[in-house]
Amino acid sequence: MNLTLKVWRQDGPHTGGRFETYQAADIKDEMSFLEMLDIVNERLIEDGREPIAFDSDCREGICGTCGLMVNGQAHGPQKGTATCQLHMRTFRDGDEITIEPWRAAAFPIMKDLIVDRSPLDAIVEAGGYINANTGAAPDANLIPIPKPVADSSMDAAACIGCGACVAACPNSAGQLFTSAKLNHLNLLPQGQAERWKRTEAMVERMEQFFGSCTNHGECQEACPKEISIDFIAYMNRDYIKAKIKNRKLQGQGFP
Amino acid sequence: MTATQEAPPLTPDITVAPVMKRPSKRLPFPLVYWQTAVGKKWIMALTGAALMGFVFFHAIGNLKMYMGEEDFNHYAEFLRDLLYPILPHTVALWLLRIGLIVAFGLHIAAAASLTRMNQKARPVRYQSRRDYLAANYASRTMRVSGIIVGLFLLFHLADLTWGVGFINSEFERGEAFANVTYSLDRIGVAAIYIVANIALGIHLFHGAWSMFQSLGVNNPRYNGARRAFAAGFAVLVAGMNISFPIAVLTGVVG
Ligand code: SF4
Ligand code: FES
Repeated sequence: MNLTLKVWRQDGPHTGGRFETYQAADIKDEMSFLEMLDIVNERLIEDGREPIAFDSDCREGICGTCGLMVNGQAHGPQKGTATCQLHMRTFRDGDEITIEPWRAAAFPIMKDLIVDRSPLDAIVEAGGYINANTGAAPDANLIPIPKPVADSSMDAAACIGCGACVAACPNSAGQLFTSAKLNHLNLLPQGQAERWKRTEAMVERMEQFFGSCTNHGECQEACPKEISIDFIAYMNRDYIKAKIKNRKLQGQGFP
Repeated sequence: MTATQEAPPLTPDITVAPVMKRPSKRLPFPLVYWQTAVGKKWIMALTGAALMGFVFFHAIGNLKMYMGEEDFNHYAEFLRDLLYPILPHTVALWLLRIGLIVAFGLHIAAAASLTRMNQKARPVRYQSRRDYLAANYASRTMRVSGIIVGLFLLFHLADLTWGVGFINSEFERGEAFANVTYSLDRIGVAAIYIVANIALGIHLFHGAWSMFQSLGVNNPRYNGARRAFAAGFAVLVAGMNISFPIAVLTGVVG
């Protein structure tokens, strides 16, 4: 099939950018979206032009490195699919496809379609860990965890940190990512020791970079791992509780 | 032991500078909730719930209009004597009013500050057309519908509580029924009431649902009911309120 691409080109973080139009001829339906871009890039290089810069790594939907705004939708039109897993059969011959990078103050554009997503790491750094004893490994299944709890935690842990939730959110809120990273620990017995401290630290770190959730639900639609906004509600609840819990902890020297 | 719960400092791996300033000093509980967006949303949800209670009982009370002048005026008088003789005349009413003013104030202040935060979070908009999947008309126009309702509230107070001359020239204190029917019999005023209450309905449709998320009231067992509740509540309140100008205009009341 033959496609027309309108791609955002930007030379560097502090320069302006613009859309440029490219023809993508002879694209096969079984190609992934990124393979299609690879082909366009090869042809650009052959013509001695600058290839389109975009991020990718695993190309199997598990690393969260890829991520493009395709026709106004984060990760393109197919639900629950990262850009690398989006196949060209979702498009028709003759389509015009607009490709833009994620846009948020916390995700500055480095070049063309590549953005810096390190604020997501900042949130995880703030509290995305548990304390574990050193020494001999404990027996497996020593801590009983109800199946639904384990499942729910696993659903949250499926987040690949792609940032599509922020990109899709009309407010650039980081709620879905943060709640996923928070809840996969907060839900489990192993995560209880730091639960309230973690909740405060991660939420407050998030708010250094991202907007405020107005419950549009756009993130849940964009998320390639279909993380549910239920986790956002759990996070909100834990945050409100955390302020009360921590006050108790701070009883002997509240600043 | 001073246990501070602040997040550790940013490591050099974080190559983006913080976008928002966080307050350097934390306020004592419960003021601390005002210092984060999640806390402010919680306050918005609580004040929103209080305001929902108000619009609901306000509309229910006004249904008395359909029972005629005497009943309606009697109801208006009763409000002044609420909880009398436990409290002196109008004291309970004033306590409720103060509560409402505080709720409105906090709701609006939180909305304004979160709006600013959201504008900062995406200074450069998408340059191509966005294709929204979940965000609906109601959720995307909360600010507009909220402003319409806020302005309408001032108009409504000037019209039927303060009786500001150029809005309601026939206003007479204590004659609640006559005041309402005179006011709503004017087609322009009736139109304002209808439009504003449509905006209120739209605001409630998203707000009454959003409230549950902000409060963290979420349980997959009854999550479906949250939407239904919000839709039902919005239709009920807007429906009752819109029926009043229509009833007066068509002569059913008055
Ligand atoms: S929550 Fe979903 S959209 Fe957001 S970063 Fe994780 S995987 Fe990506
Ligand atoms: S490249 Fe790894 S998720 Fe797309």
